[in-house]
Formats: sequence, structure tokens, C-alpha cells
Amino acid sequence: MIEVKKLVKRFGLKTILRGLDFSVEPGEFVALLGPNGAGKTTFLRILATLSRPSLGAVMVAGYQLPNQAAQVRAKLGVVSHMPLLYPDLTAEENLRFYGRMYGIGNMEERITEVLEMVGLENRRKDLIRTFSRGMQQRLAIGRAVIHDPEVMLFDEPYTGLDQDASEMLDEVLRSVAAEGRTVVMTSHDLARAEELATRFDILSRGVITASATQKELKKTNLLAFYKQALVD
Amino acid sequence: MMANNSESKKKKVESGKRKAESLHPSFFKATLAIIQKDLSAEFRSFELISAMLVFSLLVIIIFNFALELDIKVRQSVTSGVLWTTFAFAGTLGLNRSMSVEKDRGCMDGLLLAPVDRSVIYFGKAISNLIFMLIVEGIVLPVYSVLYNVNLFRFDLLGVILLGSIGYAAVGTLLSTMSAQTRTREVLLPILLFPVAMPVLLASVKASNGLLAGADFTEVLTPINLLIVYDVIFIAIAFMVFDFVVEE
Amino acid sequence: MQPRPLALKILDFASVIVLGIATYLALVFAPTEAVMGQVQRVFYFHIGTAWVGLLGFILAAAAGIAYLVTKDMRWDRFEVAAVEVSTVFFFITIVLGSIWARPAWNTWWTWDPRLTTAAITELIYIAYFMLRQGIDDPEKRARFGAVYTLLGGVSAPITFMVIRLFRSIHPIVIGAANGTQEKMNMTSDMRIAFFFGLFAFTVIFIDMMWHRIRLGALEEKVEQLKLTVSM
Repeated sequence: MIEVKKLVKRFGLKTILRGLDFSVEPGEFVALLGPNGAGKTTFLRILATLSRPSLGAVMVAGYQLPNQAAQVRAKLGVVSHMPLLYPDLTAEENLRFYGRMYGIGNMEERITEVLEMVGLENRRKDLIRTFSRGMQQRLAIGRAVIHDPEVMLFDEPYTGLDQDASEMLDEVLRSVAAEGRTVVMTSHDLARAEELATRFDILSRGVITASATQKELKKTNLLAFYKQALVD
Repeated sequence: MMANNSESKKKKVESGKRKAESLHPSFFKATLAIIQKDLSAEFRSFELISAMLVFSLLVIIIFNFALELDIKVRQSVTSGVLWTTFAFAGTLGLNRSMSVEKDRGCMDGLLLAPVDRSVIYFGKAISNLIFMLIVEGIVLPVYSVLYNVNLFRFDLLGVILLGSIGYAAVGTLLSTMSAQTRTREVLLPILLFPVAMPVLLASVKASNGLLAGADFTEVLTPINLLIVYDVIFIAIAFMVFDFVVEE
Repeated sequence: MQPRPLALKILDFASVIVLGIATYLALVFAPTEAVMGQVQRVFYFHIGTAWVGLLGFILAAAAGIAYLVTKDMRWDRFEVAAVEVSTVFFFITIVLGSIWARPAWNTWWTWDPRLTTAAITELIYIAYFMLRQGIDDPEKRARFGAVYTLLGGVSAPITFMVIRLFRSIHPIVIGAANGTQEKMNMTSDMRIAFFFGLFAFTVIFIDMMWHRIRLGALEEKVEQLKLTVSM
């Protein structure tokens, strides 16, 4: 579903990604782990078509980046640590706006469906500015799946959430966003990543230094694997 | 468009549970979506328009005393006062309109949509233009009442429309740039005023002529320059907008 | 550090020589103008600096377009060099113009289209530097800078055309501006000083551009070295 070969990203003279290779099979849920400044967010922004690769080949959902960015975007849902919602619009208006930007048909039906999925149907006429951070993040997931994308990208979705809100978000991420889709998530939170993901890739100094599936990890735990990967 | 449509329909049949029909929206529909989004958010809070409006009235009051706007002075400076007010209030609106997109990452949300970048430019530019026109539409009658001049004339409104189009066209592009810098709001007027100089000066020139009772044909030169500026800068902004949003 | 290339050394030397000759031609060789008197001699340098200022402005806009098309950082360095050098020359032009205007028009400043456009161009340049200052990512800085020089390059000529319309309400300026036209009746010696001035400042302009581009390249090298050290 995602195929990245020898990806290099430079900001001026600084090289953030140094020939990164990465691939994701359909249906996989890959957690991208790594220290700050390793290039996780930069990498995700490239997959999300928001940033151009300096060198290398990137294929997402069968389309080449950056040339076929518009086709990729139609099949892509993104949840970042910012909700990407308009505070002066209601939940329903936000979804309707994004729905129109994606050109989806059967709009009202789909909005209701999405609101039900993220458990906000009774708040549909409320302004986003009155929502708690956790509710905003849930609606952000609703916004990201409004066009039923094939690939989901989560960039630190738990930032700024407390324990309860994180657990609710877990539930929504698992049932709504990840179900039947291909997912790449960056996170600091090893415990949450361990529960959600089927594969763990460690990104360090601009390349993937280690990768393990959930099955392989059964013997050791994720923290030990993570530490080991960074040492190597 | 047709191909996409049938493709996604096929997908729907195959998977059964996939319900949303995703197809690339037309240029026009997506632009309209952005404009309606901006307008409905604004008509709920009135943050932007009320700020522009109050600011405009304050500027006019200051001018009243700073320039001693008696009847004789007024005739020659009315258009100057109006355009200065519009320009200042305009930067206020442009800044606000862009920071709404920038603060919560909504700009990324727009950029993630499967539409051409120019949709975002035209959507935002037209919203900004509408906000400017609304404010102008309120300031003009207020000014007319305060100073007992009739500013509601079709030729004058035409000039104001042309000037506002040029100002919003360049202003939207530059506010997209300034929002991405460290100095943000402070930078916009500094970037915008020297480049928008022809719009402001030509508008003042044309409005001045019209208010002094000149015939439409006499102010054709500044009006032509306004049209030239509008066309050229909309074209340039359309071409370079990609460069100011990509990374 | 690499030493200055030989061609640049020669050009440095040539710049000093032609500046000396131009000064001589303007101050001594050219006859004193009948109406204006000695102060008219400022004109030879005024035109020379104005010409290269304008040249730099056009080159900057062209380099901006070239950068947007090719994304080659060398065009960005060229653009910055053109803007910086041109800023200085335009400033000199405005100062010399003022010195001339004082006795000629009895004022340091008039809102003559050329003068005003030059001043607005300076403001565009200042805005350009402030814009660049506010951006950390060099690639984005280059992109935004290129877009802005392009906008400035297109708007300045329109500004000039618009300001010309305003002259009709400033009769004093019309008279003065006509004076400028009359002054174009130069003697052959004046013409030599005039054209040599243009030539001299073109040489100096190229020399300074070269230095500035080279400085830009060296700056980048320093940044690169810093990065390798910090790795």
C-alpha cells in the first residue's frame, strides 16, 4: 500500500531523512517510533503529500508522489495532534465542509454515520469551540474518515490528552479509523502503540533502523526492543 | 470525473461496507465550499467584520480631526480617507482570515483535500473580498451621512469593487506568506502596501475624479490601470500560489 | 578559503579605474551646464546609479522566476545579490537626486514619478529583507523571496504609470519635469561623461554582484561546515 525507496528530505542544508526505505502491506498497522528530531513528523508529512521529497520514490495507494498528489489525497485520511477543525462551525458543519472538499455524495447520511461512529451524534449542532480536547480529537478522526480513505496516517494523536480521553481515543482509533484500513502512526507512547499496532518500525537519524512484527515481539517487550534498536 | 465516479461505485459494491462515494469535487464546488465555510463561521462570530468595522470608524474619526474635514478640504480628501481606511481595515481582515486557517492547522486540512491548490487561493481570496465589500458597504453610507456627500453612485462603487479585487488578490497571497513567518501579523502591511501601491493610488485617483464631478471617460486611465493590475496579479497569484503553500 | 579568482581581481581593479575616470569626466571634463550650473554634474552619477539600480531590480525579478522554475539555490544567491546591490545604488540615486533637486526645484524632495517609484522600490526591498529574516528554512526563504521579487518587479512599473497620472494636479512638478527634458540637449563632451558614467557603474555593478554572490556561496559553505562539526 505504501512503498518508499531511498527517500531523502532536506531542509536547506540539514538532511532530515537519509535514504529511508519503508513499505506497508494493505491492512497493516505500523507504529513509527523514534526519538524527537528523528524525522517522524517530516516523514509522515511527505506521505500525506504536505511536503515534497527531495529525492527518492514514494508510492501511496498505487500513486506516485509528488506527481499524483491529488489522487493520493483522495485515498488518504490524516489525524494529527491538531484537530484541523474550525472552532466557529458546528461538528456537523465541519464534517460537511470537509465532505464537500472531498466531493463525497450521500452527504447527510454519511455525516450522521460518522458522528455515530465517533460517539458525537448528540453534539452535532454544537460549536467545536465548546468541545473538550478529547472530543475534538474524536471528531478529527471522524473528519479524517469522512471520505472513507484506504490509508490512514496518525501523527502523535494522543498529544495533550489525559488518561481517560486517551482510552476513548484508542477505542475510536481501533474501531473507526484502523478497521480494514492501512495505518501508519507516529507516537511517543510505547504502551499505546504496543496495543494498537501490528508492526513496529524504529526511525532514528533519518532511517529505519529496526522493524519487528507483533508476533516477533512476543518474546521480548516493546520497550526492550526500542532501546536495543536505538543503541544499535 | 466520470471515471472516478464509476470507480468508486465499483469499490462500494465490492466492499459493501464502504459507504462514502469519494470523487474529486469540481473546481467550482470546492471553491464554493471554502467560501461558504468562511462566511458561515464569520456570520456566527462576527469577529472579523466587527473588528474591521470598528477600526474603520475609528480611523475616520481620527481623520476628521487630524485633517479638519471642513467642506472645502473634504472634497479633495474624501477618496484618500476612504481608501486609507479600506486598506488598513483590509489588512486586519486578511490577517484574521489567515490566522483562522493557520492556528489550528486547518490550512493542512485544506491542503489535504484532493483539489488543486488554486481552489484554496480563490476560495480564500473571494471570502476576503466579500468581507472587504461588506465593510465598505457599511462604511460608505456612514461616511455619506456624517459628511453629507452621496457616495452611493454606480461609477464610484465600480471603482471600489475593482480596487478591492486587486487588494484582496494580492493580500490573500501575501497573507498566506506572512502567516508562515516568525513576525506574522506585523509583516503583512509591510509586504502588502508597497506592492499594492498601484491599486490604492489608482483607486484614489479615479474616486477623486468621480467625486469632483468628472465624467466617467475622464477617469478611464486610472480605471484601465486598475483592471490591468487586477488581471495581472490574479494571474500571477494563481501561478505562484503553489509555491507559497508547498514544503 | 579559496582566494579571489584572477578575473575578479582584475574586475576590482578595473572598477576603481573606471570610477576614477568617470569622476574626472563628470567633475572636470564635462562643461558646466548653462542653466543649472555646477550642481548639474551630479546628474552623471545620478543616471549611472539609477540605471544599475534598475538593472538589479529587473535581474532580481528574473532570478526569482528562474529560481521558482529550477529550484536551484544559485539563483537565490543571485537574487539576493541583485536586490542588495540594487538597494544601495537606488539609495545613492535618491540622495544624488535630492542634492540636485535642492537648487533646481528649490526643494529636497518632489513627488515626481521617477523619484517616488524609486522610493517605493526601496520600500519593496526593505520588505523583502524583512520577509527573508522571518523565515528559518533556507529553501522556503528562497521560494518566498522569489515570489516577492516577482510581485515587486511587476507592480513597480504599474506604480510608475499610476503616479504619472497624479502629475496633472501638481503643476509645479510639471514645470520642473519639463526642465529635465530640456536638459537632455547635451553637448558632445557632456555626452561622453554621460555614457562613460553608465559604463563605469555597469562595471562596478557587475563587480559588486560577483562579490556578493561569492559571499553567499561562502556563507553556505560555512553553514555546511558548522553542520558537519555538530554532527
